[in-house]
Amino acid sequence: MTEQLWRVISLQDHNTRVVIFGAAMLGLAAGLVGCFTLLRRRALVGDALAHAALPGIAIAFLWVSAMGGNGRSLPVLLAGATVSGLFGIASILIIRRGTRIKEDAALGIVLSVFFGLGLELLGIAQQMKNGNKAGLESFIYGKTASMVESDAWLITVASLICVVVCVGLFKEFKLLCFDEAFAGSRGYPVVLLDAALMSVVVVITIIGLQAVGLVLVIALLVIPAASARFWTDRLVWMMVLSSAIGMTGCLIGAAASAMLPRLPSGAMIVLTTGVGFLISFFVGARRGLLIRMWRRRSLNASIDRQHLLRELYELFENDPSRLSVSWEELVQARSWSNKRLRKILDQASNDGWVSENITKMEFALTKRGESEARRLTRRHRLWELYLIHHADIAPQRVDRDADAIEHVLEPETVAELESLLNAELGERRMPTDPHASSAEGVEA
Amino acid sequence: MIALADSTPFWMIEWNWALDGWIVAAGMLCAVASSLLGCFLVLRRMSLLGDAISHAVLPGLAAAFLISGSRSSGWMFLGAVIVGVLTALLSDWIHVRGEVDEGASMGVVFTTLFAAGLIMIVLAADRVDLDPGCVLYGAIESTPLDTWAIPIPILGETNVPRVVVVLSIVTLINAAFVIFFFKELKMATFDAELATSSGFSAKAIHYVLMTLVAVTAVASFESVGNILVVAMLVVPAATAYLLTDRLGMMILLACVIGAASAWVGHVAAVEIPTWFGFRSTTTAGMMAVATGFAFTLAVVGSPRRGLVPQWFRKQWLRWTILTDDVLALLYRMEEKTLDERPIADAMAMQADLDAWMANVLLTNRFAIKSAVKYHAWRGRLETTQADASAVEASEASAKEHSEVLVPKLTEVGRSEAESLVRSHRLWEQYLVTRVDLEGSRIHQQAHQLEHFTDRQLQDQLDHQTDSPEKDPHGSPIPSASDKHS
Repeated sequence: MTEQLWRVISLQDHNTRVVIFGAAMLGLAAGLVGCFTLLRRRALVGDALAHAALPGIAIAFLWVSAMGGNGRSLPVLLAGATVSGLFGIASILIIRRGTRIKEDAALGIVLSVFFGLGLELLGIAQQMKNGNKAGLESFIYGKTASMVESDAWLITVASLICVVVCVGLFKEFKLLCFDEAFAGSRGYPVVLLDAALMSVVVVITIIGLQAVGLVLVIALLVIPAASARFWTDRLVWMMVLSSAIGMTGCLIGAAASAMLPRLPSGAMIVLTTGVGFLISFFVGARRGLLIRMWRRRSLNASIDRQHLLRELYELFENDPSRLSVSWEELVQARSWSNKRLRKILDQASNDGWVSENITKMEFALTKRGESEARRLTRRHRLWELYLIHHADIAPQRVDRDADAIEHVLEPETVAELESLLNAELGERRMPTDPHASSAEGVEA
Repeated sequence: MIALADSTPFWMIEWNWALDGWIVAAGMLCAVASSLLGCFLVLRRMSLLGDAISHAVLPGLAAAFLISGSRSSGWMFLGAVIVGVLTALLSDWIHVRGEVDEGASMGVVFTTLFAAGLIMIVLAADRVDLDPGCVLYGAIESTPLDTWAIPIPILGETNVPRVVVVLSIVTLINAAFVIFFFKELKMATFDAELATSSGFSAKAIHYVLMTLVAVTAVASFESVGNILVVAMLVVPAATAYLLTDRLGMMILLACVIGAASAWVGHVAAVEIPTWFGFRSTTTAGMMAVATGFAFTLAVVGSPRRGLVPQWFRKQWLRWTILTDDVLALLYRMEEKTLDERPIADAMAMQADLDAWMANVLLTNRFAIKSAVKYHAWRGRLETTQADASAVEASEASAKEHSEVLVPKLTEVGRSEAESLVRSHRLWEQYLVTRVDLEGSRIHQQAHQLEHFTDRQLQDQLDHQTDSPEKDPHGSPIPSASDKHS
């Protein structure tokens, strides 16, 4: 086992080398192209195309066989697949532009009808003398493991062409994906660029078709790009990452199936990239699930803390002689549950904003807490004033609005608000509460 | 496959109820069951869900097999439905939670599940033969082979294919769902927020729909093949969408189109290959092709939205506008006189009138000639010889002049042309006085509006602009025709 592992990893077999190299190139190019189709919201166009290629393959086989040639030679079949793929693309574009059918239905129609026709023709091909399924069916399930050197070269050349086109037309494709109308108004030939992009997708789909099979080539176009999206907001990095994910997935998948020859290599490749997606989905640095949850939690915590400080500040403000605030008062002030209030208070006293007397359940602001609370309250009231005076919002409603917005105020905005309201306020004075201070509890 | 390669005409294939009848019945049931739900998928832009589900159920089948150790269809069905619903839920979850594009999240889920399924099948292959090909394409031709004895009231105990029984049940469930929850489905499809605010959960409807799609896909694909389900879910519904604007009608049409395609598909599968000397071929694929054929017909010939009717309507509109323009142009030319003689006369004598008019109206001479002929036929014009004597023409060209034909408005034609010109000038006046448009821009606007202005609107315009005598360019506005007569 270890010996075999070593043989695969060190690429000693010529055959393994060929398979892994070919698969890696395919993964790289598919990842790159997938970014554009994903951003163009056409992720499943590969699905329709892969299915649409089948009748072309069958017709090419029937035709060349009928002419007496070798119908199963790869270039012939790929040429047929390309032509019929282009027909599929043309049908999708015609349906989309000429009728009121939407993109998804257009894809579904082309996919099913072309594939039905393909099955039909394959059924006929099987009736020919040398038309047993083996050669043609490999397009449906793929045959990575049996890839030969010429196949690998074909994949490499086609992938390189796609990469060159994508890099060369990077700016144009980017514009096309993000703002088609703008690209059109700047004089870019939008339809031509769209066709160019789709042709690249056709090439990737066709070469992927024979490497990993009909269903799984869709995965190579979709999964790496969707995974990369979780890590970055920049297209360049997304493309780099996506190609890297596609390539790694193909490398590991192909290597795994080289070690365990019984497992279908296409499926292994897809499962590997699927794992990559899962990881990205949860821990992606930009839009991953965990980072989002953490961001939301920390925002909620800071909002809670700000509410607590302001509440305390206002209670002390109303009655300057008092020294502390009781638990009950705080529970009443906001619609906090006991458990939540406990958590908020613990956090606040840990941070040193609030001092608490545990036995009596009494709380007070520390020095630091007080200055922070003053700052927050001031910011809140500034907003309220602004909303009342400049946005014509009724005083009864401003507290809610100010509440919603104050937590995300930038310091520059606060400064601007202060200068705006300077006429109404004294220097560095705390604006008075626009409603009766007890209204707070009622409204919240 | 049933060998029917006889020399009978194709609509009269040797029909064998025990074989072809059941095959077509299975195809039609699949078509109706799918079309009922497909309409909502197409309208909600989730057309590819059927495709995703029918690929993704592979691991469900494999798991059901691995766990139960049998190929009994009950377990397989359950496993497939569970994974099918899971596919819908999972892609929804990734779409919402990960903010991934809907299509992409579907693509990620179903390809990964499919890959997992392939590997599970390979692992299970030691113990049984589970052919992914059979899973994907089904075998509608073997429908009549696997039967259940079902007591039917009139016919007594009859052997009905299992597939037909299962698909009938699914069709009934789908029909019941669509009929009983029609209002809710409609609202949830077109305005989910309104649905939620009027007291029922659009989400619940959504999930029930997903589940039924999964059940339908699974029930159909083991018998008639995955490709047929995908086609029947999308294509008949899209075809019906091109034919009508009413949801109820759309569902009905989709069912009819689907069922008809199933029948045509089977006949074609049996018949067409024999024309080329082959035996009959896959029925399921041909049924899918037949739906595609129906769709193409609708794209081309749908009465309201078809490309051909639209083209004809456009040509008709162009023609009416052109004839209107010719009439109005002749009126204007008769209005302007040169040496007490209508300008049209002079034009006709010095140059080619047709060419000049074609140039003014931005069209070609042929169109002008046909328009003039058309008006002459309707009695709005008569062609007279140019009145050469009124002009001091040169001797040399006098002979030619006598042969030049000039179109002249008849009484009928003049009153129609007057009405057009009146509309045009009233609009110009209106645009200047009421809309404050610049003088340079009013002609184009008025030129477009004049064709769609009826008598009532003319009177309104007249009233709004205080019954002007002249338009902003100083040309007289013809009075309304009743005053004229």
